Amino acid sequence: MANIKELSKLPERLGPGHRLCSGCGASIVARQVLLGAGNSALVAGCATGCFEVATTIYPYTAWKVPFIHNAFENAAATMSGVETAYRSLKKQGKIKKDIKFVTFGGDGGTYDIGLQSLSGALERGHNFVYVCYDNGAYMNTGIQRSGATPTGASTTTAPAGKVSSGKPQLRKDLTAIVAAHRIPYVAQCSISNWNDLVTKSQKAFDAKGPAFLNVMALCHRGWRFPQENGVAIAKTAVDTCFWPLYEIENGKKYKINYTPKEKKPITEWLKLQGRFKHLFKPGNEEILKSIQQDVDDEWEYLLKRSAL
Amino acid sequence: MNKKIIPLTGDQAVAEAMRQIEPDVVAAYPITPQTEIVMTFSQFVADGRVKTEMIPVESEHSAMSACVGSAAAGARTMTATSANGLALMWEIVYIAASMRLPIVMPVVNRALSGPINIHCDHSDTMGARDSGWIQIYAESGREAYEHAILAVRIAEHSGINLPVMVCQDGFITSHSVEGVELFDDAAVKKFIGEYKPNMTTLLDVDNPVTYGPIDLQDFYFEHKRQQTEAMKNAIDIIPGIMNEFNKAFSRDLKIVEEYMMDDAEASIVVFSSTAGTAKFVVDSLRAKGVKAGLVRPCLFRPFPKEYIIKALSKVKIAAVLDRADSFSGCGGPVFSEIRSAMYEAKQKPELINYIFGLGGRDIFPNDIEAVYKDMSGILKTGKISNRVNYIGVRE
Repeated sequence: MANIKELSKLPERLGPGHRLCSGCGASIVARQVLLGAGNSALVAGCATGCFEVATTIYPYTAWKVPFIHNAFENAAATMSGVETAYRSLKKQGKIKKDIKFVTFGGDGGTYDIGLQSLSGALERGHNFVYVCYDNGAYMNTGIQRSGATPTGASTTTAPAGKVSSGKPQLRKDLTAIVAAHRIPYVAQCSISNWNDLVTKSQKAFDAKGPAFLNVMALCHRGWRFPQENGVAIAKTAVDTCFWPLYEIENGKKYKINYTPKEKKPITEWLKLQGRFKHLFKPGNEEILKSIQQDVDDEWEYLLKRSAL
Repeated sequence: MNKKIIPLTGDQAVAEAMRQIEPDVVAAYPITPQTEIVMTFSQFVADGRVKTEMIPVESEHSAMSACVGSAAAGARTMTATSANGLALMWEIVYIAASMRLPIVMPVVNRALSGPINIHCDHSDTMGARDSGWIQIYAESGREAYEHAILAVRIAEHSGINLPVMVCQDGFITSHSVEGVELFDDAAVKKFIGEYKPNMTTLLDVDNPVTYGPIDLQDFYFEHKRQQTEAMKNAIDIIPGIMNEFNKAFSRDLKIVEEYMMDDAEASIVVFSSTAGTAKFVVDSLRAKGVKAGLVRPCLFRPFPKEYIIKALSKVKIAAVLDRADSFSGCGGPVFSEIRSAMYEAKQKPELINYIFGLGGRDIFPNDIEAVYKDMSGILKTGKISNRVNYIGVRE
């Protein structure tokens, strides 16, 4: 368990001075994850996206640690190279320090275009932490659907319309896909449960080999809610079991870290966001039912996996 | 120095160069006809003959991405590729150059799909000519070996800091066995020296820097301009490094090789292995009293304009042989650049273009002889029926 008094003494590795929207989930994810690295020497990276664009506008940078951005789909491969360079130079005695490595990607850069690069890096076993800040769409370029977009969400490339109720497909279960690589540590986290997230980050940084954190990172621009409501909405995602908090060790050992006392209906989460507004119009009851069914099925499946 | 000449394919020769260079990191994916480089080098790693950390990536895109990460972290970094592999790297090839990372990449030239074809032409690297990489083209496997060693010094020179492609012809030299003189390991190590990055690296955690920031309207242009400046520096700096190389290893590498050009009237300009065939033709024509010459540029990026002007100002006519088409309707990529360079020459020869050898189509001595014959016909009649011609294609 992370101790907030101790965390308060840790150095800030990001900002102030970045240009993300106020209330942006990505910066909260990054700051909590970076706390998990403690005082360790650290190299950070990220994929192209809001987070990169808003933290590195040349000639300024919000990064107080060495940082690399390469392209959209290759954050994992890039950090593989950095980490391997480190191993090579360390082995040769040219570097003495212990250094940790972390890289960030949004859901587009992770679930979709960057999946191959991530998979390759995980399979090869590079010793780094990959953090997906999942805001469920391509937010940087104007809210286009991604593989992480939930069913029924209205996006600019899967808009709700006269004959459409938003994205028709299920979202991809990236956490399970990553776990199938049997890497040492995988966890799903949310900024609403800061202690859980920081503790999991600590575990991820301590893992011997690749570690992966999938963190719910809301986007008030894309989700259509008042910017100050972010953390509360993230909490509702957890309490409806839309976004369960759990961890997986070595691809097999599942552990649920938080079970809501009373599992809230998914509509509690959907109704807080403008992107699902159309679902509450008459005629869409079946869609709401099927979304609830899917959340229930996934939660049941997770309960079974964690009981094994 | 002990002379050690052993039979090697061009790929094996390049892998031997990599063994002697002993980069800190190699990230590579296999693709025909480059594969033998990766396989041979992997065996060196497996046998503990090099200290290199190998990243057996899942694609060429990730190979170049990992190379960017590794080089930015301050490690001497190499990869190798061909054709579609280079095309898959494309996006990151540009990024590597823009970050001024001294990555060295042997490229075994192969036709770019489509249609898919695994044999030699230059469409892959010609397509990458504006990516900001230095490009060197080797006539033989032996020369590809030498260029790989030379390239390390060029890439890492503080006045250059650009990545380098070391190109050789797929199958023609990559898979043909020839006697290659391997230099002494220690002599190679001495020539390339220990790598000391010219920039703050990612692993210097006490001096944090940001690599790959977003560069908007207010700075992007200046950064591209600096890349051009680095290329301009390179054309001035490379001769010195080449001279050092030639002295250290008793070789005679040149930026632009002139063969029988002193009194030549008609010349062929051609890259890589085809120059060997053309030299054979020049010799036989010379025996018949024909004043034939040959110009072989080893460097295409930066473009050796002054060298080309100097060489071609001597002749009345020159034929540029391109192993790639550019679909411009005005000839191949090498022809376009040479014609552009010669526009500012005082002595302008007539220039014609021949596209040849696409997808590995063989070119024979009699094809090249026919080009010289065409040129002598033009010199006699003053008439050019086709500015751009195609050799050995069914029309």
